[in-house]
Amino acid sequence: MNIIVCIKQVPNTTDVRIDPATNTLIRDGVESVINPFDTYAIEEAARLKERCGGKVTAITMGPPQAESALKEAISLGCDEGILVSDRKFAGSDTWATSYTLAAAIRKITDFDVILCGKQASDGDTAQVGPGISAHLNIPQVTYVKRIVEISAGAAKVERMTEEGYDIVETPLPCLFTVVKEINTPRMPSFKGMMRAKSAKILKWTADDIEADPAALGLDGSPTRVVKIFTPEARKGGETLSGATDDVSKELVELLKDLVI
Amino acid sequence: MASSIAISLDKCTGCSLCVKACPFGAIHMANKKAVIDMAKCTLCGACVTACKFMAIELKKDSGPKKDLSGYKDVWVFCEQKKGVIQSISFELLGEGRKLADKLGVKLCAVILGSGIESKASELSERGADKIYLVDHPALKSYQDDPYTEIIVNLAEEHKPEIILCGATTIGRSLISRVAIRINAGLTADCTGLDIDPEERLLLQTRPAFGGNIMATIITPNHRPQMATVRHKVMQEAAVDKSRKAELIIKHYPEEVLKSRTKLLEIVEEISETVNLSEADIIVAGGRGLGGKEGFEMIGELAKVLGGAVGATRGAVDADWIPYSHQVGQTGKTVCPKLYIACGVSGQIQHLIGMQSSKVIVAINKDPEAPIFKVATYGIVGDIFDIVPALTKEFARSLKK
Repeated sequence: MNIIVCIKQVPNTTDVRIDPATNTLIRDGVESVINPFDTYAIEEAARLKERCGGKVTAITMGPPQAESALKEAISLGCDEGILVSDRKFAGSDTWATSYTLAAAIRKITDFDVILCGKQASDGDTAQVGPGISAHLNIPQVTYVKRIVEISAGAAKVERMTEEGYDIVETPLPCLFTVVKEINTPRMPSFKGMMRAKSAKILKWTADDIEADPAALGLDGSPTRVVKIFTPEARKGGETLSGATDDVSKELVELLKDLVI
Repeated sequence: MASSIAISLDKCTGCSLCVKACPFGAIHMANKKAVIDMAKCTLCGACVTACKFMAIELKKDSGPKKDLSGYKDVWVFCEQKKGVIQSISFELLGEGRKLADKLGVKLCAVILGSGIESKASELSERGADKIYLVDHPALKSYQDDPYTEIIVNLAEEHKPEIILCGATTIGRSLISRVAIRINAGLTADCTGLDIDPEERLLLQTRPAFGGNIMATIITPNHRPQMATVRHKVMQEAAVDKSRKAELIIKHYPEEVLKSRTKLLEIVEEISETVNLSEADIIVAGGRGLGGKEGFEMIGELAKVLGGAVGATRGAVDADWIPYSHQVGQTGKTVCPKLYIACGVSGQIQHLIGMQSSKVIVAINKDPEAPIFKVATYGIVGDIFDIVPALTKEFARSLKK
């Protein structure tokens, strides 16, 4: 079974803070990490390989430094990494990003399953996974919380919904986006780290993936960011104090219009 | 011509305002001049606005101007489950009405399902001028393939100017696929929508970086302009029983309706009556609850208030409550009218998921807990005293 995992390197949002003086993002010392949701996709790929055999390829579109994310993915069980990187990709929105990743995946040709995290923690769009499957014209199941059965040509999975879950059967190849509930990612093994150290990361440019230049980067992106601003920071309000019964009464009175 | 960004060294004073403004950390100072690292730059233009000396020039190539005048009307994809129209659809109709009025076009509801023709009146009462309805057994429950095919077909035939869709598990799966197929721009999880009347552009504002920054996004040269909107952000359209919409029933051949995936079973497992993303009131618990029993106390307060139970990652990881209740970065993003956080310290990952709630109440014994920084009302004290007292007090006041 050939498995592709799409990952993204993101700034660790835990570290992103606002400078109260300038009202801007403080980026100093913010480390880059693998998008937290993608770690579940990597783990699931490793488990599928353990279950069915085959090969796991991690792929990312990003700047040259995203190579470290691929190395980390290898330490966590992926066999190889492909960095799709080109200045021409700058300014890609989700349309152009999914186009680019789909073009790279097409070059891999032989695959059964594509795994993605349900969304990235920086953009939070959840659009790139479905976008890739639309570009490749393969079926998708989003928000997968369990792969129940998987064989050469078909899979049965559970898809999380607001009320519970759906049980869905799909032919392969198929793209799955996964949620946290699907597994608990392992720590990198010593063997994995050694392998990651010596692993050679493939680097593909826009020409390598035979992409249409007009569909790449900012030019290939239907959307444009026209303004970026810091939201008004939420301010702490009143502190209620006093005896338990008194504060309870006070709070109930304050909230009475909201609670009907 | 490709898009580009350049710093004019004559004009750059080395003030470094742009360095602070860049959300992507792509600018640094070298020899007292700003330098852009193109590997990190996304050409967002934040630095252009920040520069007081007009030293940064951004050339955005939007290609030859296309004729977009053939596109009109605002569409709302109306989600139904088991034949029940979901409340997010009414919220979108409320917002869609405002946008359609600003543009002077019709508001159209699009609904797919099986045996749903009688539901059309609900959509006209909520402000739709026109309803596109597709009724077929194959459309009873959501499946990616037939739903995508039909929306693509409808949009290509009738050319809407705007399509709105809920940022739900269904909406996000469906509309992302549709956007690729019809080569349209799509903006996720908008919290604000408006119209630029001159250019007839949809101004889409959304949070990014976990809500630390806001971005306004447009789709200048592609139609339709598509956006998903989070639950509870927009006001539901009011019911007006006198309204009558034009009903257009569409039929599609089998090849449009077929699905590669097969839905075998729908399992409902939410123990309470209200699901988290639709709840107006959420009572949430964190590590401070100390165990499963703590959530019984939380559940009682939620029950009295008719709300849902939320939890932090810490409480979920400790197995006190299932993952479906988790609010925050790796859980759900919620925006209720009232969020009562009990024994929740307020780590950034949790705040990301709930800080846009209208009113936040925090109860925690640690006066330094970060949750108090975002709370509308804070109570420093023991949750095991205060929560039961609140439950009793709310029960009494609601009985009146």
